[in-house]
Parts: sequence; structure tokens; C-alpha cells
Amino acid sequence: MANQLPVKVVAVEERIWSGEAEMVVARTTEGEIGVLPGHSPLLGLLKEPSQVRVKLAGGEQLTYDVSGGFLSIDADGVTVLAESATPATPESH
Amino acid sequence: MAGQVQALRRRIRTVRSTKKIAKAQELVATSRIAKAQERVAASKPYAEAITEVLTALASNASIDNPLLVPRERVRRAGVLLITSDRGLAGAYNANAIRTAEQLIQRLKADGKDAVLYVVGRKGVGYYRFRNRPIETSWTGFSERPSFSDAKKIGDALLEAFIAGADDTDSHYGPDGIQGVDELHIVSTQFKSLMTQSAEAHFLAPMQVEEREVEAGLRPAYEFEPDADELLDALLPKYLNTRIYAALLSSAASESASRRRAMKSASDNADDLLKRYTREMNSARQAAITQEISEIVGGANALAAAGSDV
Repeated sequence: MANQLPVKVVAVEERIWSGEAEMVVARTTEGEIGVLPGHSPLLGLLKEPSQVRVKLAGGEQLTYDVSGGFLSIDADGVTVLAESATPATPESH
Repeated sequence: MAGQVQALRRRIRTVRSTKKIAKAQELVATSRIAKAQERVAASKPYAEAITEVLTALASNASIDNPLLVPRERVRRAGVLLITSDRGLAGAYNANAIRTAEQLIQRLKADGKDAVLYVVGRKGVGYYRFRNRPIETSWTGFSERPSFSDAKKIGDALLEAFIAGADDTDSHYGPDGIQGVDELHIVSTQFKSLMTQSAEAHFLAPMQVEEREVEAGLRPAYEFEPDADELLDALLPKYLNTRIYAALLSSAASESASRRRAMKSASDNADDLLKRYTREMNSARQAAITQEISEIVGGANALAAAGSDV
């Protein structure tokens, strides 16, 4: 994968996850957003409550239940900031 | 003489059990410091990220959010004081309370009324004993604060702050609630294991630094929803983050103070034990010596009496 997206999922009390991903899917107050590498800078407030999905290179996917969260995209990648973020129970899509 | 030995033996026993308590507290505090420091470190990424985001926002949004605009006339100032729930922490609480008192004096000199918000039983006890009103207090988490604790405090403070916006000199304003016009926080900064200092800081209205970045470098952010709305949502979160950071730092300081206090207590107990043991030994020796001389004296007297006859 030539093009990878550095992702950080950060809760107030701890860093939840960080690493490289292919795509991040989140839902802001305006609507669903999928972030691929090279996305333009954006700040978004996440819908309450909502899920953030991080798609990894191997086709794997990490899902987090996020509350009080927002999303920051800049040149350094994607940062999901949340008051609390917990790995969601495995669910089917 | 025998009585003195008894008394000393009793004192040694007391000092020894006090020492055990102090030692145990010291060990507990030591492990708590490590944990508290971990938690401070774990909260850093979020704090840094939200600061960065706010800085980016501040240069894009109109700055008329109530949390950012200083009030023209400040009548009441809220003071959030963070103390510990338990004592045995040396000068930790005394320092925090003294710093708060200095702040209150300064506010009074400026013609502002101070409204107290207190975290921790020790602070609550201090003001209650002096019959001074406390607006709200929170207890039970000074050693292990969680973010939800910080959020509770932040929400209450924010409510008071917003309610203060429409107050007039004689009236509580249309909402009928007497709020505050600015917020201060007094907490203990954990500088190192040896140094912690109680400090007073401004909490609201906030001063956002507009960092001058070279125009080419600042990313042109898109906002969802628009910048003003986003700022409204983020500022309360930022306030809570500040309070959380202060709680964590105070918790680490509390444990560090307690460890130091308990260490000197158990060292002191060691010295006392040594002294009492020495005193006890010499008292016992003196008693024995006296008994011997009494026996010898008695025997001599008897022998002398026998030879005389």
C-alpha cells in the first residue's frame, strides 16, 4: 500500500489506538464522511453518539463507539478526539 | 526505676506501630505517584490535540463566544479550589488553601466577590469550620480523578458562568440565578517528585492565543458544522480538559507530598526508636546496678553484724 493514512484515536484519559490505515469512516453532525489519504484539512464535530470505523490495509476493520467526539484532519493525518471511545462489539455490516 | 523501664517499653511499642503505619502510607503513596504520572502522560495526547484544533479554529471563527469575551463589569468571581480528601500529606492542603486565600484577597481588593467551589474533603472542612459559604463541593475522588468527575465540575462551573452573563448590580437578571463573571482555578502543579507548587490560574473567560503562522503553512480547514458552531461545542470540552488536567496534576502532587511527609515521619520514628531503646537499656542497667549494690551492701552489713557478735 503506497498510500497510507496515519490515524490516531485519542480519548481524554488515554490514547486508544494509533497506526496506519486505508480509510476512516465517521459521521459528523452534517453527515457521513469517508477519509482517504490526502484528504483536505477538516475539523468536524461527530454525531452523538456515533461510531468511527478505521479500515486497515489487510481488509480488517476497527470500530469504536465514540461519545463527545470530534475529528481533525490535517497534513499529518486523521485524529479522532473523544471524551470516551470504546472498541465496539464485533458487528456485521 | 522498674516503672521507668515499663513506660519506655510502652512508648517504643507505640512509636513502632506508628512507624509501620507511616511506612505503609509511604509505600502506597509511592505507587500512587507512578500511577498518577502515567495518567497525566496518558491525558497529554488529547490535551495537545484539542489545543491545536482550538488554535486553528480561533483564527477562523468570530470570537464572540461568551466563554471568550471578558465581561465589562466583574461582580462575582468563581474560585475552584482543589484539595485532597485525606490528610497526612504534609503542607499540600495548607499550600493550596493559602494560595486560594491570596487569590480571594486580590479579588476582593478589585471589588469582586469570590464564590467558592471546592474539591476535596480537606478544603471543604477548612471553610465549613470557619463558617464560610461554599457554593458547591465535590469529594471522594481526589486521589483518582476520572474525566467524568472533571466533567461534572466543568458543567457546574459553566452553568454558573453562563448564568452570570445577565446579572446586574442589584439584580440576578432575567434567569433569576446569581452566576459568576469569571472563573479561577487553584490547583497544585506537579513539577517533579520534589517540587509541587500551588498555583492560581484563569479559567474563563479564556484567552485564546492566535498563533501567527506563516500564511503558507496554515492549513485551510473546512469545518463541519461551521466554525462558530464548532467553537461553541469545543470550548466547554476544552474547559473540562483543563479541569481534568488540574485534577490529575493535583492528585500526583498529593501523593508526592504524602510520600515525603510519610517518609520523614518514618525516619523520625526510627530516630525516636533508637533514642528510647538506648534510654530504656540504660535505665534497665541502672536498675540492675542498683539492685546489685543493694544486695552487696546488705550482705556486707550482715557479714559485719555477724563478725561483731
